[in-house]
Amino acid sequence: MVAAAAATAANPLACSLFPSKGLRGTASGLQWTKRQCTRKTGPLTVTAKFELKPPPYPMDALEPHMSKETFEYHWGKHHRAYVNNLNKQIEGTGLDDMSLDDVVLVTYNKGDPLPAFNNAAQAWNHDFFWESMKPGGGGKPPGELLQLIERDFGSFDEFVQEFKSAAATQFGSGWAWLVYKANRLDVGNAENPCPSEEDKKLVVVKSPNAVNPLIWDYYPLLTIDVWEHAYYLDFQNRRPDYISTFMEKLVSWDAVSARLEVAKARAAEREIEEARKKKEEEEKNFTDKNPPEIFIDGVADDSESD
Amino acid sequence: MALRSLVSRKTLGLASSGLKLQFRGLQTFSLPDLPYDYGALEPAISGEIMQLHHQKHHQTYITNYNKALEQLHHAMEKGDSSAVVKLQSAIKFNGGGHVNHSIFWKNLAPAREGGGEPPHGNLGWAIDEDFGSLESLIQKMSAEGAAVQGSGWVWLGLDKESKKLVIETTANQDPLVTLGPLVPLLGIDVWEHAYYLQYKNVRPDYLKNIWKVVNWKYAGEVYDKERA
Ligand SMILES: [Fe+2]
Ligand SMILES: [Fe+2]
Repeated sequence: MVAAAAATAANPLACSLFPSKGLRGTASGLQWTKRQCTRKTGPLTVTAKFELKPPPYPMDALEPHMSKETFEYHWGKHHRAYVNNLNKQIEGTGLDDMSLDDVVLVTYNKGDPLPAFNNAAQAWNHDFFWESMKPGGGGKPPGELLQLIERDFGSFDEFVQEFKSAAATQFGSGWAWLVYKANRLDVGNAENPCPSEEDKKLVVVKSPNAVNPLIWDYYPLLTIDVWEHAYYLDFQNRRPDYISTFMEKLVSWDAVSARLEVAKARAAEREIEEARKKKEEEEKNFTDKNPPEIFIDGVADDSESD
Repeated sequence: MALRSLVSRKTLGLASSGLKLQFRGLQTFSLPDLPYDYGALEPAISGEIMQLHHQKHHQTYITNYNKALEQLHHAMEKGDSSAVVKLQSAIKFNGGGHVNHSIFWKNLAPAREGGGEPPHGNLGWAIDEDFGSLESLIQKMSAEGAAVQGSGWVWLGLDKESKKLVIETTANQDPLVTLGPLVPLLGIDVWEHAYYLQYKNVRPDYLKNIWKVVNWKYAGEVYDKERA
């Protein structure tokens, strides 16, 4: 992983044009991206765009549930490599003046990912993962979040079971997520794994390798990293023990609640926006079908009198 | 799928010691012995890694594979097609894990028992012909192994149609046969569990050192058998 990224980083241009087989990227895909996304008009300013944010607590703050050693490697080596390699990959490609969210979405490239997708999504996922935990975490979620969980999963215990099972059964490397689903059926970018008319709902999903629910237009609320590097030093092969410890001792329900607020606000905003668009559309259609009538004095009468 | 795995395992003469007969003729599998001690591959691969990898990881694939086969057996008896289809992913993953690790153990040997000794005979010639040299094969395979996203394997295989050697990678526990008519000669596990306790995030170092314990003699035997 790291080496792959390091190797590609040595020659970002070649890598962009000839992406590795595993990514199924295409040269035309990249050009499409460039045309769509380059917003600068002047000469390109080359900057190291994304920064490795320090974790929101000291590296030993999650002990004994997540060791300092695990944290030092996971944040200091793995996360750092994703960010550094992303910066090298996107330099001068037109992606380097976008937000990380947008880079994730654009490089996913409708299921035909560009080379930078893995590093971009992993940089995003890890930021989000650190903030999903806190020292003295775990327990039960507060008020409204708990009510929504009970509404959508039956009970808190049933939610915990579903989340744990998603995390345990993700084959190979990946992530398990709690998301707020406020999307349309057609998300335009990918196949929606939970297509249903029912919106504004909490859902548990899992994703392979770097894949992030933003591509399905879901709003992530909570995640657990189930790459082996996330738990191997502390739990070795015992992934289920790591998942239980995460749920019981580490989850920051405050963070999840705060994200839920943003998710709901965003969904509401979007609803208003869509209603406005729909109305505009209808008005436009009405105008198209009923063009204003223009009478020229005398002409109509003359033709009839003929 | 299950049947195919059984057949390919028999053809390759793999895990024959791990085959057990159980109720109503349903075959289940048990963990094959390692052909060397856990610590015998040190310093290239630590004894702790080998023990966890064999006793825990490989055992878990076998346990879950047997479970899935039993469920498959019941689903087929009942004629429950949707249950049969639903079991395919667990069979591919866990059965693949068993197939792949059974090959992997044979692909390694302690240095004092010939591990790392370059291939002689037909395989040696074929490598020179298809890759230029053993060094360039090693370099290419290491680079492709390092580039695998997430968990997976890098393989040296024999294409049964073109009779050429090929380097391929597979994701997760997909066995090499999922890519076509390819015979695995050498598979290297690039899951993090294969190296993390010793090499941490530095997969390329693991891929540099593993060549010191590769059992080319075994790969050569498989090659000769396939070309015969
Ligand atoms: Fe991670
Ligand atoms: Fe393995």
